[in-house]
Amino acid sequence: MSILVDADTRVICQGFTGSQGTLHSQHAIDYGTRLVGGVTPGKGDSQHLGLPVFDTVREAVEATAATASVIYVPAPFCKDSILEALNAGIELIVCITEGIPTLDMLAVKARLDLTDTRLIGPNCPGVITPGACKIGIMPADIHVPGRVGIVSRSGTLTYEAVKQTTDMGFGQSTCVGIGGDPIPASSFVDILEMFQSDAGTEAIVMVGEIGGTAEEEAADYIGAHVTKPVVAYIAGVTAPPGKRMGHAGAIIAGGKGTAEEKLSALEAAGVRTVRSLAEIGAALAEVTGWAGANA
Amino acid sequence: MNLHEYQAKRLFAEYGMPVSTGIAAESADEAVAAAGEIGGSRWVCKVQVHAGGRGKAGGVKLAESMDDVRDFAERWLGNRLVTVQTDANGQPVGRIYVEACADIARELYFGAVIDRASRRAVVMASSEGGVEIEQVAAETPEKILRATIDPYVGAQPHQGREMAFALGLEGAQVGEFADLFLNLTRMFHALDCSLVEINPLVVTGDGHVHCLDAKMNIDNNALYRQPALRALRDASQEDPREAQADAFGLNYVALEGNIGCMVNGAGLAMGTMDLVKLYGGNPANFLDVGGGATKEAVSEAFRIILSDRNVKAVLINIFGGIVSCAIIADGIIGAITEVGVDVPVVVRFEGNNARVGAQRLAGSGLDLIAAESLADAAEQAVKAAGANP
Repeated sequence: MSILVDADTRVICQGFTGSQGTLHSQHAIDYGTRLVGGVTPGKGDSQHLGLPVFDTVREAVEATAATASVIYVPAPFCKDSILEALNAGIELIVCITEGIPTLDMLAVKARLDLTDTRLIGPNCPGVITPGACKIGIMPADIHVPGRVGIVSRSGTLTYEAVKQTTDMGFGQSTCVGIGGDPIPASSFVDILEMFQSDAGTEAIVMVGEIGGTAEEEAADYIGAHVTKPVVAYIAGVTAPPGKRMGHAGAIIAGGKGTAEEKLSALEAAGVRTVRSLAEIGAALAEVTGWAGANA
Repeated sequence: MNLHEYQAKRLFAEYGMPVSTGIAAESADEAVAAAGEIGGSRWVCKVQVHAGGRGKAGGVKLAESMDDVRDFAERWLGNRLVTVQTDANGQPVGRIYVEACADIARELYFGAVIDRASRRAVVMASSEGGVEIEQVAAETPEKILRATIDPYVGAQPHQGREMAFALGLEGAQVGEFADLFLNLTRMFHALDCSLVEINPLVVTGDGHVHCLDAKMNIDNNALYRQPALRALRDASQEDPREAQADAFGLNYVALEGNIGCMVNGAGLAMGTMDLVKLYGGNPANFLDVGGGATKEAVSEAFRIILSDRNVKAVLINIFGGIVSCAIIADGIIGAITEVGVDVPVVVRFEGNNARVGAQRLAGSGLDLIAAESLADAAEQAVKAAGANP
């Protein structure tokens, strides 16, 4: 069991023939993801990586019955690409691209809210259900199928959490990178809700960082609705206020969005927080009572 | 990207928002000439730096004579202004803004931001002008009026009128404020702003609404489609190391500790800083070498980290996702050979080609400390920095 994607998910790639699209599509195919084609306007009716290329997402959906799309197009074109996927009836859009203007995302998010389409990202590593479907840029071999759902605002921090759950022998149900932008299309709450109702997810790791109030909203939600054990780590305890720490969304603005505020909110909601990034796996073993393989 | 007040006010004027006549001067002579051109007998002189809190730091002065203008310009031009929002070195002053003096009857707050929680542009106003809006928000949140901009239909005049009446504006001021409201939101969207603040917005002695100050931030991600704004960048206001890093696709933020950090990924870079702190050390910087780190980028990262004289040890933490640790290892070896690194270097590799990378480092003959784990890396770096006086 998993959320968002499984072995049957039929995926297309927007920006398929570009360098990023090509590299990560090849990795996805190697992993066993059911990639069924790609879209590059003007290159329709050709083949790439042994798969059909279409001019439009609509054509790709009609020909392949794809329900998911991954977007690797450059930032200035992402708003259009996301809306194209939405208008073509794609159910799950995963946008990896970093650097989309905030006002573009504001408009996209408002439009998405009127539909049932889910967008993950932008500025994220993607989504993986280990052993079944990999959509994104995460390194495949650190993942193993298992029982922990992981949701994170950061790419490499997700990999750290994944590695620890793999080393402990717990594995992952699904890992979701919601992205490091100020306006992510899917929030922690959206993903927590799915993990809570997924029978294959027995515990949850949440990796947040400074900036915004998404972790506080997640804390409220967890307190009220989540019965599964949750371990949380928040990056940026040492980040100075007013400075953007790499991610567009990672900034303490007007004294708000500090790691301490987020950690206290999560602790008040009964979440097991860790101050050391290296202790995520151990904390999971503690809250679940699972015996860790290498613990 | 931050704009200076004089740049923001020029844009305000283009969008029909009322500002005083003003001229930016780069020398004392220019400042005096500007005062003459503006006319009158009193002017407001303001240093132009990317930081708030200028008034309390002495960076704003009411000049009652040409000599006052000259004195102020000579006092500040070429010097640095330290405010509560700058570091101890302050920001360099390259320009003085000389402005016609406005007669103030009332001070208000007016601004627009992207509200992350509601995922909308939100306009805010308050009768508590001239003080920090964060303070008002914390102490008397009921005094902040908010209007959410509908992404489908845009700002509407009634939203401006409602705010005007709630602020206690009267007569023609209501219409003036509603126009200002519409013009502000029009500019906010057209110029890809992430924040605009007018603090204070004043009601003048003769009863008009007037923008006395101007703060404006532009979304960096949108600069590609804002060429006119890109040209307004003032590199003198940026940390030179941060600007240098930016040119190499690196994200660097200077901090005050002594352990230099080189990490791939913004989240992991923050997490690494936090670990250093947890083990009793202090990070000297945030540095994300990015997903596609090359040898050149790693060399440059070393140069930037070591240009900070406080650095007593360097911690390299790489979780190879897309990037191969073997390539990073080559970069490290090349950089150390080329740049000459005279502080202990602790390296932790994980993920893509971690073992190959570690072997290359071990075989390089360089004096590197190989860490066995994330926690071990932080601990070793803190120890190494402590042992390096």
